[in-house]
Formats: sequence, structure tokens, C-alpha cells
Amino acid sequence: MAQTSAQKKGVGSVIWEYLTTVDHKKIAILYLIAGGFFFVLGGIEAMLIRIQLAVPNNDFLSAGLFNEVITMHGTTMIFLAAMPLLFAFMNATVPLQIGARDVAFPFLNSLGVWLFIFGGIFLNLSWFMGGAPDAGWTSYASLSIASPGHGIDFYALGLQISGAGTLISGINFVTTIITMRAPGMTYMRMPLMTWTTLVASVLIVFAFPPLTIGIFLLMFDRMFGSNFFLVEAGGNTIIWEHLFWIFGHPEVYILILPAFGIFSEIFATFARKRLFGYSAMVFATVLIGFYGFMVWAHHMFTVGLGPVANAIFAVATMAIAVPTGIKIFNWIATIWGGSIEFTTPMLYALAFIPSFTMGGVTGIMQAAAPADYQYHDSYFIVAHFHYVIVGGVVFALLAGLHYYWPLMFATMLNEKLGKITFWLFFFGFHLTFLIQHFLGLWGMPRRVFTYLDGQGYNAANMISTAGAFLMAVAVIVLVVNIIMTIAKNERVGMDPWGDGRTLEWSLPLPVPYYNFAQIPLIRGLDPYWVEKKEGNGKMLPSESLTDFHMPNNSILPVVMSLGLFIAAFGAMFFPDGKDWAIDAVSGLDPKPWALPVLIIGLGTTFVAMGIRSWKDDLGYYVKKEEVEKDLEELERGGK
Amino acid sequence: MAEMEYNVPTERWPAHPETATQEGKNKFVGFWTFLAGETALFASLFATYLALKDSVPSDDHMLASELFHLPLAFVMTMLLLTSSLTSVYAIYHMRNNNFQKMQLWLGITVLLGAGFLALEIYEFIEYYGYGHTFRSSAFGSAFYFLIGTHGFHVIVGLIWAVLLILRNAKRGLSVYTAAKVNTFALYWHFIDVVWVFIFTIVYLLGVL
Amino acid sequence: MKNHWMKARWIGLITVLMVFLSGCGKNHLSTLRPAGEVGQEQFNLMILSIIIMLFVVAVVTILFTLAVVRNRRSKRGEDFQPKDVASNHTLEVIWTAVPIVLLIILAVPTVYLVFKQADTSASVTEDGEVNPEETVINVRAYQYWWEFEYPAEGVVTSQDLVVPTDTRVYFNLLGADVKHSFWIPAAGGKMDTNIDGINSFYLIFDEDAAEETDRLFYGKCAELCGPSHALMDFKVTALAEEDYDQWLADMQAIEEPVQASSEDAQAGQEIFADSCMGCHATTSTGAGAMGPNLTNFADRELIAGYLEHNEENLQEWIRDPETLKPGNKMTGTYDLTDEEIELVSAYLMELSVEEGSGDLEALEESRHGGGDGESEDEESPEDDEDEEEGN
Repeated sequence: MAQTSAQKKGVGSVIWEYLTTVDHKKIAILYLIAGGFFFVLGGIEAMLIRIQLAVPNNDFLSAGLFNEVITMHGTTMIFLAAMPLLFAFMNATVPLQIGARDVAFPFLNSLGVWLFIFGGIFLNLSWFMGGAPDAGWTSYASLSIASPGHGIDFYALGLQISGAGTLISGINFVTTIITMRAPGMTYMRMPLMTWTTLVASVLIVFAFPPLTIGIFLLMFDRMFGSNFFLVEAGGNTIIWEHLFWIFGHPEVYILILPAFGIFSEIFATFARKRLFGYSAMVFATVLIGFYGFMVWAHHMFTVGLGPVANAIFAVATMAIAVPTGIKIFNWIATIWGGSIEFTTPMLYALAFIPSFTMGGVTGIMQAAAPADYQYHDSYFIVAHFHYVIVGGVVFALLAGLHYYWPLMFATMLNEKLGKITFWLFFFGFHLTFLIQHFLGLWGMPRRVFTYLDGQGYNAANMISTAGAFLMAVAVIVLVVNIIMTIAKNERVGMDPWGDGRTLEWSLPLPVPYYNFAQIPLIRGLDPYWVEKKEGNGKMLPSESLTDFHMPNNSILPVVMSLGLFIAAFGAMFFPDGKDWAIDAVSGLDPKPWALPVLIIGLGTTFVAMGIRSWKDDLGYYVKKEEVEKDLEELERGGK
Repeated sequence: MAEMEYNVPTERWPAHPETATQEGKNKFVGFWTFLAGETALFASLFATYLALKDSVPSDDHMLASELFHLPLAFVMTMLLLTSSLTSVYAIYHMRNNNFQKMQLWLGITVLLGAGFLALEIYEFIEYYGYGHTFRSSAFGSAFYFLIGTHGFHVIVGLIWAVLLILRNAKRGLSVYTAAKVNTFALYWHFIDVVWVFIFTIVYLLGVL
Repeated sequence: MKNHWMKARWIGLITVLMVFLSGCGKNHLSTLRPAGEVGQEQFNLMILSIIIMLFVVAVVTILFTLAVVRNRRSKRGEDFQPKDVASNHTLEVIWTAVPIVLLIILAVPTVYLVFKQADTSASVTEDGEVNPEETVINVRAYQYWWEFEYPAEGVVTSQDLVVPTDTRVYFNLLGADVKHSFWIPAAGGKMDTNIDGINSFYLIFDEDAAEETDRLFYGKCAELCGPSHALMDFKVTALAEEDYDQWLADMQAIEEPVQASSEDAQAGQEIFADSCMGCHATTSTGAGAMGPNLTNFADRELIAGYLEHNEENLQEWIRDPETLKPGNKMTGTYDLTDEEIELVSAYLMELSVEEGSGDLEALEESRHGGGDGESEDEESPEDDEDEEEGN
């Protein structure tokens, strides 16, 4: 309880602290808040969709607005909710799991989160500035070029900014995990959460650049008069589809692998048993990441790539089922013979197994290309990817939220409310999406703003909407739970779940800003459990207590991100009224201020980068005496 | 105080000063990871270029075979390859803790790079004269995006190198600055390798 | 032949499944009630994959339930310390090998069907012309309507697709403005209408299935193409071979627009000539026009692709197309009073093609003689558009 009594900081200084922080634990909280906000936003959009589709011929949303809502729902949930929330848990756990005092590039870590936040804000400003993007989250080129106004520009620029942040974070985690592991933390002793973070980060490094290029092509066509997708000038729209899915499919694994990681930790903890087949799990993770890059064209079976391509991608896609199956069986084998405690995180983890399996098998059904000609772009697809993303990723996020909450905030979410949330969400989820498989098979295309009466879709859509409301109630209960927990602020001590196995649970709560007073010595898989079994009850140090080095805070990441945010407005309005511009914007009023804004924005970013590279930032040293004092206080608090 | 630690006396100068510190190791691994991403970036660009090569709206647009001439591209290639070699010399002297020679060879690298850039600008101006522009056709868009992205990387590299030379003139050589110089050299080699692919795929295959 | 990979012992299970799956869903638009060979093959593949996958789900669910029920802490006791098991080779080999075998079972028919269903070689002759012996239809998708051209016969229609039964119908697909996707769920899977080039595939409509659905199937656009994507439906009329030929011959016979008979309609025809002709043709030619071909408008099943076919809806549509189909290209291109709209709709409702008016012999002749001119149309849609705009 080092911080509570000492100094009550003003609101201003807390905000400044978070704006400038480079501490991975605080950055995790930033990701959690921003990602949580966007999750709720995407959820509201989902509810609007389901209300519109509850009955046939509904006019709750107009056709154009509906397309904006589905586009923003998909884009927000993937880029601004799911990925940032996973980054929150990666940041909160990975450095602690490998025994590091911070990530490899704390400054870049901060830059990553602020790029994401500013990109997300930019994207959502579209609602207030002439309309949101309306070409679907996939934004296929012919429609996204034809789409009038600036909606698509918000999509392209917003994703470009937040995508840069994601790439930076990916590089950061790869480096952190390779170079910052504590003595004895060999690769094959790393917890699954760390392993999946590593593989997902590698996927980010290879998958985001194709998206960056794809979005650049779109930006150049829409803003600077190029011809990449303009067929009459020799362009080709299929390039967008390839680039998007070369990114888009690995993206699915970028999301699901850390989710697997979170579940692997939870299964072992609450079954009080080590993860079964650890080596096979690691191997399967790597294999899934590898295969993830070879299957993108299964999103394009109906594009007309020809039978050879379709056959190859069909078979390659089926192959992914094997490592995924290995994982499912390993988790079952983990709880087999264990002692299962039904905590909220464990409930999510258990529910994940059958739910995700259903999402997986429908994926294999789609790999059978000729059958996919029927499923493609129908509600079957909608059902499938929600089973994977909600039944896999969102379950993991909710599980992780409850599981890692004490690690991040040193308090516990209420278990009773947590379980209510779980059951509501679980039933709501299956109610919403199971029936959608059948809607697809009955011939209902996806992304339709309404459907006609008399096609047999009415009852199923009503059921689906009812399920969505259950999920919404579940999220409201969760929010209440969070507010109550913060208001009560009942602190918990070390190892709050009682069965912590990995290194992060060996730390005092709240975790000191330098994480480890002494870098621990790792003596096996699940190092904290090893020491518990040996009767030590705490980690052995690998070094004597000395001064150690920590990075300085900096406001520059915020300034750099803000500069790009400003520049994006300049780029977006640049083509308005120009005669070389595409039809979508050439008729708008010219904006002579666009170019200056673009230059000012980029200038701000470059100046901030210049300051960063011109001024040596060598960090500071934490004194041995200060750490000793903290340790003593902890000792006293413990008694 | 912090700087003290970075200044290693000559007799204890490590064989690999660039990775002698934790920050140096991080930079090394991190930058290689970044280059992996850059590889994916350029791979996407090459794929886009190949898909749109010679894709023009009408007959009066020039095609690759009429447009490119190898001699200029060859000179550019030689300039950039040589600059890669001179950056190797700079690293060699860095490992030997020879600050002055390291600075000198970095300077030569910058000059060669600037020469390459000048020729590239000359080339672009010439093509614009032929009506082959960023907006003239899909082929033009793809060409300038690929070559331009590489050219942008060269500009960034040049600014980076100049900043390093200026900053190091005051800071001198330490395991702290060694890591920075080494990172630049990695980047410069990468740009060079990308150009070799551009020379082969765009120019050589373009005229054949 | 169709089901050759299925083992007999599965038949019982399949029957149960089929009953379950097809319990809901309408004949004319459900993928679960295939109306022809292509759809049937895809349906069989779906059933095979569903059986395999249900097996997987069942195994996982049983193991999972056993694991959860047996190992509850309340049953095990608070102090029970489970034994840490690192791995088990036998088990791991089993759960790696069994899925591989299952996937091979699925992969073989998948690859076979991919190649079989992609074979459209018969639709063109050796020198790249449309093969007059086969039924070939050029489909062009617009925001938000469909144009169907019968290149060998030189016939163009829109919104209502007419196909023959019990034969392969080849489709050449092209998107005119943005990408759409051509889908007739009951007949088989979809294929995209790219704007970059032509996609070809084929479907088959069974005579028996057509009879069951009053010869009517629903078609849909399956790729998001703008605000009215949801309303981009079309109808498919599947006729027996001889009726189909007669219909084509009838369409061919319309060389001049159908003349209005009633007074209202005659007045309407004049207004039409002034305000609508620029985009809408009333003879069955001119593929690639700005607006749908209206030659046989009165014979259509629907107004605007989704409304009941009556004069009231037609007037409503002409009066305010934006409300009925947001984002369409017709809004604001004409200025008609309510009276004029009534007259025009009276005229349109007379645009009917008389059944049996066509000459079958002339049809046969056109197929084997006049194919060349038509295929040119298909190569350069821009030319046609220019012509239409010139009007």
C-alpha cells in the first residue's frame, strides 16, 4: 500500500502522468480505457443493426445510414476494440511474465497507444463531419472509390494512423520477448500468453505492411489523383482484395492467438494443473501463425481466381484445422484430472471450448470451396466469424478482464456480478448467432439493410435481435460491476486468485513501477508454481540489489500522433473541387486551406521526431535505497 | 552519470560495440524486426507494380520497354551499391574505435546516396516530359509509388546519416552512439537490397 | 454419380439432417432445396462437411462435458493437488491424425467439384466466339439492377432472367459500375461481377424443381454495392426448352417498340420518348444502356426488383425512386408531373410481348448466322453507353 496514503495527486497531474507515461502498466490501462470505450461504441452500433433487422421492411435506419453503421461496427470492433484490448493485456502481463522492468522500447510503446487513440478518434469524427465510411469494413475498391463524400477517407486515414501504432507495438513486443527475458526464462519456459503474443506480434509485422500499402493505394486514388483502382485508366480493383485479405486473414490470427494465450493461462490456473502438451501448444501456435499467411484467398473463392487457386487455397485452409484441433484437445486434457474452480474467468474459458469449436468447424465447411459459393457473403459467414471472434476473442477479453483486473488495479471485480454477466452474455451470444447460420443457408445475403416479408426470414431475425439485447444487458452489468469495484476500491494482496503459476502473480499488488526489485531467477515452466512447490513461496533473485535504469516520461508521442491527426484533415480535404479528383469528391467546394493544414500537421510530427532524435534521452536510475524502503514497507504491510 | 557507463576505454572496446548494451541489443533486434515489416511492405509494392505494369488506358501512353533505359539505371545502381560498401567501411572503423574514419566514410556514403537521389529526380523529370506521370495511367501510378517509396527511404536515410554525423561530432564514439550508427548501416543495406530488386524487376525486365 | 463418395450407411443420417435443414427455407430461394445439378452438388458437399463437423463437435462436447463434470473442485475437495502431466504421445498422435484423415475425406470431393464447376469451356467455340449450341447469357450488374443479354440471339432484357431448364446455362458476368455478385441460391452458389473483367460459370435448373416453384426462383446481389444493395433482387423464370426458345423468338420479333393502344398510353408514349428514351430502350437490343431495357416491362414479375407488379407501385416508383431505392441513378434525371407519370405508367403497362408472336426458324437462323455482331457488343460496353447518351 505504498501509494495510497503518501500523496493525493491532483486530477491535472494524473492526466499529465498518463499523457506522458512510458510505463507498460499504465499504457495497458490506456489501451483498456480506449479499447473499452470503442467496444461499447461498436456494441451500440451492433444494437442499431439488430434493431433495424428485427422486423422486415423496417425503416429504423435508412439504407445509407445502415451501411455506415455496419462499416463502423466492423472497423471499430476489429481495429479499435479487439486489438487494443488484447494489447492492454499483453502490456499488462508480458513484461511481468518474462521478468522485465519494462518493454524494449518504452517510448515506442507510448507512441503506439497514442497513434491508435488518435486514429480511432479520427475515424469516429466521420459521424459528425458529413457521414461515416459506408463500404463495409473490407471497403472493396470499386465501391470505396464510388462512395461519395469523405466517409471512406476517414476510414483510410484513421486506419493508416492507428495501423502505424499497431505495427510499432508489434515490433516492440517481438523485441521485448527476444531480448528482455530474465535469467533462466528460456523460450520453452515462456508462458503461453507470452508465446502467443510473440507469434501474434510477428504476424503484425508481416501482415500490417500489406494493409498499409493497400490503404495508400486507396488514399492516393481518392486524394491525389492516381489510378490504381480506376479501371478506365488501367487500374485493377482485385489488387485491393488481395492486399486487404493478405492482411485480413492473419489479422484473424493476430486476434485469436493472444486469446488462446489468455485461456491457456486461465485453464492451468483454475484447474490447478500445468498446461497439457506445452510443447505441442507452442508448436501449434507457430504453425497457425505460419499457415495464416497462406490462406487469404479463401475469402475470395467467388472472385473468379480460377479452379487451381481455389483448390490450393481450399486445401491449405483445411490444413489449419489440424493445429487448432490440437489446441482444443490439449485444453481439454489440461482440465482432465485437474481440480476446476468455477471462477468468472474460468467460466468464460470453459464456454470458449464448445463455442469456438463451432466457429472452427463452420470455417472448415467454408474451406470446401464449392459449398462456399453458397455460404459466401451470406448470413452464414456473419454467423461463422462472430462465433470465432465473439466466442473466441471477446470471451477471452472478458475472461482476461476479470482474471488480470487484480494485476492491473489491485482490486477484484465482483464475482457474483461477473457470473451474471457471463451467463447473460453466453446465452445472448448463442441466441444471436446460431440462428444466423440458417438465415444464410435460406438465402439471406449479409450487409442488407432490410429484407422483404414472406421470405421466411422474420422469426429468425427476431430471435437474433433478442439475443443481442441479452448481450447488451450483460455488458451493462459488467459496466456496473466495474464502477462498483472502482468505487469500493478494496485492495487485494499478492496472488489474489490463490493458484497463480506464472511470474506475474509473484509480484506485490499494486505492482511497483519498476516491476521487480531484483530480476528473478527462473527455474522452470510456471516459475512461481515451481517456487511454491519447493516451499520458497517467492521468487529467488538472480542479481543483488543495485541501482537500476528506467526510462523517462515523454509528451512527444502525443505530439507526434496529434501532428498526424491534423495532417489527415489536410490530406482528406485536399482533392475537394479539383478537376483531377475522382467523381466522389470533385464536385465539393474547394478547400484552399487543406494543403497548409497537411503541411502543418506533418511538420508538427517531424519536429517532434527531430527533438526526439536531437535530444539524448538516457533515462534515470532508481536508487537501491528507494527499493529497499519499498521492500520494507511491503514486509510491514504483509504482517 | 548515465553517460559514464557508455564511454568504454579503448583497451576494453568490445568487438561488437553496437550490441554491447541492453539498449544496443534491443535496437539491433528491433530494427531487424522492422526490416522484416519493410520487406512485406516492398513485397506488396512489387506485387502491385507487376499487376499494373504496362496497364495504360490508351495506345498513346508509353510502355516500360520504350520508357526505361538501362545505362542511367545502371549508374544509379552502381552509386547505391558503392554507398553500401562505404557504409561497411564506416562500421569497420566503428568496430576498431576509429571515430574520425568512421565519420569520413559515413560522409562519403551520404554523398553517394545524394548522387543517386539526384539521378532519380532527373529520371522522374524526364519521364514527366514523356507524359508518364503519377496521374497518367495505372502503370504510372504504380511506377512512381514503387520507385518513389524507395526514393523516400533514401531521403530518410540521408537525413538520418547527416543528423548522426552532426550529432556524433559532439558526442564522439561510444557504445551508445555505436548502436545508432550500426542501425543506420542496417537500414542503408536494406535500401540497397531493395534497389537491386527494383533494378532487376522494373528496369531489366522492363526493357527485355 | 452425384453422391458417389457417400457411404450407404450415412443415408439414414443424411435423411434426418436434410429434413432438419430444409424444414425451413423457401423452395425458390433456399440453398437447402437445390433446384439443379450445381446446387445439388454443393448441397451434397455441405452435407458431407456438416456430418464430419458434427462428429467433431460431438467428440469435443462429450470429452469436454466429462472433463468438467468429473473434475469440479467441489467434488475433488479443496485440498486436492492434481498431478501435473506434461504430455502424452499416444493421445497427441491420435488427435493429430484423426483430423487429418477427416480433412482428406472432405478435401477430395472439394477439389473435384472446384474443377468440375469451373469448366465453362463449352460456352465458347474454338475461335473464342459464343457457342450457339449452348445457352449463354451475358449478365451485367448495375447499381441496382441487372441486365441480361442473350448474345447468340441478340436479345436484351433486364431484371427478369429467363432460362431454359435441364441444360447448362452459362453466365458471363460483368459489373458496370461497382462490384456486385450474382446469386440464385436455389440453383447454386454465387459468382462476383467484377468491373475488371468477365467471370464465367454455369448453373442448371431442373424441370421438376421449376414446376414445383411455379417456374420462379429468386436471385440476389450478394456483394455490398451501395445503399440499395438489399433491394437488388431479380427474378428467374425457368422455362422448358421449347417455351424458352419461343420466348426468345418473341423477343426477337420486337423490332419496333410496342405501340400504345389506349389513349392514355399513347400520350404516355410521347412523354416517354421525350423524358425516358435516353436511358431506357423499348426494343430488345442495345446491351450496356444507361437504364434497364423495358421491352417486355408489362410481363415482369416485380417493380424496381422487389415491389409487387401493379400500376400503383409503378407510379410511386417513377414519382420518387430515391425513397424506394436510395442511391439509384434514375433520381433527378427527369421532371414529370403526377399526370404525366400516370400516363407514362399506363404506357409502360402495355409493353407486353405477345406470346407466340416470334418465329422459331428465324431464331435458329440468328443463332448460327448473326452471332458475330453481338459478341462485339460484349467486348466494348462503353460504345453502347455513348450511343445511348447521344439520344
